[in-house]
Amino acid sequence: MKMTKYVIKRIVLMFFTLFVITTICFVLIRILPRELPTDRVQAELIAARWDALGYNEPLIVQFGIYLRNIFTKWDWGTSWYIDFREPAWDLLTGRLLPTVMVNFYSLIISIPVGIVLGIYAAIKKNKWQDSLISTAVMVFVSVPAYVYAFLVQYFLYFKLGWLPLQVYSLADAGGSWFTWKMFYSMIAPILALSFGTIAGMTRFTRAELTETLTSDYMLLARTKGLTRAQATSRHALKNAMVPILPMIISSFIGILGGSFIIEQIFAIPGVGQLYLQSIQLFDYDVFMMDCVFYVFIGLLAGIVVDLSYGFIDPRIRMGE
Amino acid sequence: MAENNKNYNHIPKEKFAFVNAGERLTDQKFEDKPIGYFKDAWIRFRKSKASVVATVIIVLIIMYAFLFPLCVTTHDHTFMVNLYAKKPARIAALAEYGIFDGGVERDFSEKGLIKNVAIGIGAEDWAGEGISLEQGMESEYQPMNKIGDAKTIIGPGKKESKNYTCEIDTYLEVGFFYRSIPQSELAKIQAWEEETGKKVLYPLIEDNKWNMDAQDANYWYKSSKGTPVVLDSDGMATTVEFGEGMVLEDNYKRDANGDPIYYEYTGGGTLETAQLKVRVLYYNYYQYLYGFTPDYIMGTDTQGYDLALRIAGGIKLSLMVAVFVCVINFVLGAMYGAVEGYYGGTVDIVLERISDILANVPFIVVATLFQIHLSAKLGPIPCLLFAYVVTGWIGTASRVRTQFYRFKTQEYVMAARTLGARDRRIIWKHIFPNSLGTIITSAALAIPSTMLSESNLSFLGIVKLGTAETTSLGTLLSDASTIWTNYPHLMIYPAIVISLLMICFNLFGNGLRDAFNPALRGVEE
Repeated sequence: MKMTKYVIKRIVLMFFTLFVITTICFVLIRILPRELPTDRVQAELIAARWDALGYNEPLIVQFGIYLRNIFTKWDWGTSWYIDFREPAWDLLTGRLLPTVMVNFYSLIISIPVGIVLGIYAAIKKNKWQDSLISTAVMVFVSVPAYVYAFLVQYFLYFKLGWLPLQVYSLADAGGSWFTWKMFYSMIAPILALSFGTIAGMTRFTRAELTETLTSDYMLLARTKGLTRAQATSRHALKNAMVPILPMIISSFIGILGGSFIIEQIFAIPGVGQLYLQSIQLFDYDVFMMDCVFYVFIGLLAGIVVDLSYGFIDPRIRMGE
Repeated sequence: MAENNKNYNHIPKEKFAFVNAGERLTDQKFEDKPIGYFKDAWIRFRKSKASVVATVIIVLIIMYAFLFPLCVTTHDHTFMVNLYAKKPARIAALAEYGIFDGGVERDFSEKGLIKNVAIGIGAEDWAGEGISLEQGMESEYQPMNKIGDAKTIIGPGKKESKNYTCEIDTYLEVGFFYRSIPQSELAKIQAWEEETGKKVLYPLIEDNKWNMDAQDANYWYKSSKGTPVVLDSDGMATTVEFGEGMVLEDNYKRDANGDPIYYEYTGGGTLETAQLKVRVLYYNYYQYLYGFTPDYIMGTDTQGYDLALRIAGGIKLSLMVAVFVCVINFVLGAMYGAVEGYYGGTVDIVLERISDILANVPFIVVATLFQIHLSAKLGPIPCLLFAYVVTGWIGTASRVRTQFYRFKTQEYVMAARTLGARDRRIIWKHIFPNSLGTIITSAALAIPSTMLSESNLSFLGIVKLGTAETTSLGTLLSDASTIWTNYPHLMIYPAIVISLLMICFNLFGNGLRDAFNPALRGVEE
C-alpha cells in the first residue's frame, strides 16, 4: 500500500514540476517577438492564422488556449517555418525514430562491453589490467563527444574510406530507416556515441563491484566453500546490479533525447536537430514542444530510476 | 661493555641516578607545525600522482593562455588576414629546415604543378629576363617544397595524364595579387623595396589570348588554356613540358623599349587620389603592410586569425566561465544548501521544490532561452553566465544540505546553541567548515562539466561566440567541422586542447575529492 501511495505521490509531483516548468517556458517563449516571413502574402496568411489561434490575446488567455488544445485535441501548436502548418507533435514524433535508432544501437553495444570491462577491472583490482582500464576510462569519459565524432570521421571515412561521412538521407537509403544501407551509414555515429557510454558504464560497474567484492558476505561465501568465480557471480554481481540496472533503464529512457552534437555532425534528422532548427528559424511552437519533451524525458528518467530501485531490490522499501 | 651489561644481578648502587632530578616535568612543545585540514588534504592530494600531473598540465595550459599572447609581439588576437585563412603552421625562420613550413602534401596535375612552380620562377623573374626552372626552384618564394616523381594515371575516357605528389607551401601558394593603390603608397612601397631589398611590385600581365585568366595574377607566363607555351618568331606556339631546363615565356606588359611595366593608371583625379593598378607578390606585400613575416605557430583559423592566439582566447573564456561557476557554487550553492539543511521543515520543503524545478529544466533550454531573450542587449557571454547562475549551483546546494543535516544534530552544535550562539554563528562557524571539503570538491568538479557544456553550446551555435574579440574552443571546432578534412590543423589543435583540459580538470577534481573526503581518511589504497 505504502508503495502504491509513494508511486502516486511521485507521479503527481512529477506532473506538478512539469506543469510549472511548462508555464515558465511558455511565458518566456510567447513573449518573444515573433517574426513574419518577408513574403507579403504568406506573412498576411500567417498573421491571420495567429490572430485566429489567439496569439494576440493576453498571455494568461493564451496559456489557457494552449492547455485546452493539449487536453482536448492533443494539439501542441503548429510549425510555421520548419514544415509549414505541420502539427508540432507530428513533427517531433517524426524525428524520434532516427534519434532512437542511433542511440539504441549504441546502447546495445556499449552496455554489455562496459559491464564486462567493469567486471574485469574490478576482479583485477590494483593489477595492471585494472590501471590500464581505469586510465582509459578516465580519458574516454573526459573527452567531448565531438572529438570522437571527428576521430571516427577521420579514420573510418577520410583515411580508410570504410564508412560514409554522414548518415544517408531517407531517400538514399531506400525509403526506410530499417534498411541495411541505413544501418551501414549509422555505424559512424553509433561508434562516436559508444566510446563515452562504454567508459561511463565501465567506471560505474567497477566502482559498484569493487564495493560489493570487499563486503563481509563475500567472505562468508568463500568460507562456506564457494569458488571465487561462484561467489562473484552469485553474490557480488547480483548486489552490484542493484544500482547498475536503474542506470541502464535511465539510459534507455535518455535515448529519446538523443545527442545534439552527434546529430549535428552526422546530419541525423533527429530531435536534437529539430531543436536547433526551431531556434534558428524562430519556429517557437516547435521550440516549445521540444522544451516540454526534454523536460518530460528528464523527469521520467529520474522517477523511473528512483522507483526501479524498489522493484529490483526487495530490501529497499519505498516511501518510508 | 657487553660483558658488564649482562651481569644484572650485581649492579653497583652508585650507577643508579634519578633521571629527572631537579627538572620540572611539563609537556613539550611540538617542534613541527600542526597539520591542519588543508595541509592534511594537500598531503593526500600529493600522493595521487595522476592528480599532480594533471595539475601541472593545467598550470601549463593556463600559462599558455595568458603568457603566449604576450610573447607574440607582432600581432594580437584581433589581427586577421583574409588571404592567409586556414593555413597550416609556418614560421619563416624554421621553414628552410623543413619544419613549420606551412607545407601540405597534395596531388598536382602537370598544369597545376607548373602554375605553382611558376610562382617561384616569376618571383625571381621580376625584370622579365627569362629564368630557368632550376633558378626558380632555388627561389625563397618557391611554393613547391618537394616535387615527387611523375605518375601516369589514366583518367576518364582513357586519357593519360601525369600526376605529381608534391609538398606545397600554402603561404607562398597565394602567389601574386592585383591591388589598387594610390600614388603615395606606390612611393612608400618603392622606398620599402629599396630599404629591404625585397621585391613587392612585379610586372603587370598583358591581357591577350595567352593569358588564361585576367583576374588571376599568377598566370604571368604565356599559356594556352593553362598549358604553358613558347612562341617562335612567326607566332607559332609550342607547348612547354615540365622538366629540366624548362623556361617559361613571360607575358608581361612592356613599354616601347621592351621594359616591363610595373604599374598602370586606372582612375582618380589628383595626384593623391589617383589609383594605380599594381601586381604584388603577396608574401612580401604582407611584410610591407604589417612589418613582419607571416609566422603562425599553429596556423590560421577559418577566417584568417592566428589560431594559437584564438585558442589562447578560447581557453581564457572557458576558464573565465568555469571560475565564475565555481564562485556561484561557492556562494549561492553553499548558502542555499546551508539554509535548507539548517532550518529544515517547511523552509526545506519549499526551497527543495524550487531547486527541484530548476534542476529539471535541461541546461540547454535555459541557455537557449537566455540567449534569445537577452543576447542582443547584453551580449552572449553575460547571457551564458546568467544561465549558469540559474542552475549551476544546484548540485552543490543539495550536497551542502546533506552535510548540514548530518551535523546539525550533533552534540557540539547543541552545546554551542546552549551557550547562546546565534543561528548565523552556528551555521558559519560550526557547521559550514565541515562541509567545506564537499563544496570545494563539487566546485572543482563543476569546472570540467562547465567547460564541456560551454564548448558544447558554442559548438552547436546556441551561444554565438565567434567575434573578433572573443572566441570559444567550441566555436573553433564548429567552424572547422565541415572543412577539417582538408585542413586538419583547424580541428586537431582545439580538439587536443579541449580534451586535455577536460581530462586534467577531471583528474584534478577527483584528486581533490579523494583528498577532502573524510571517509577516505586513513585508507591507503
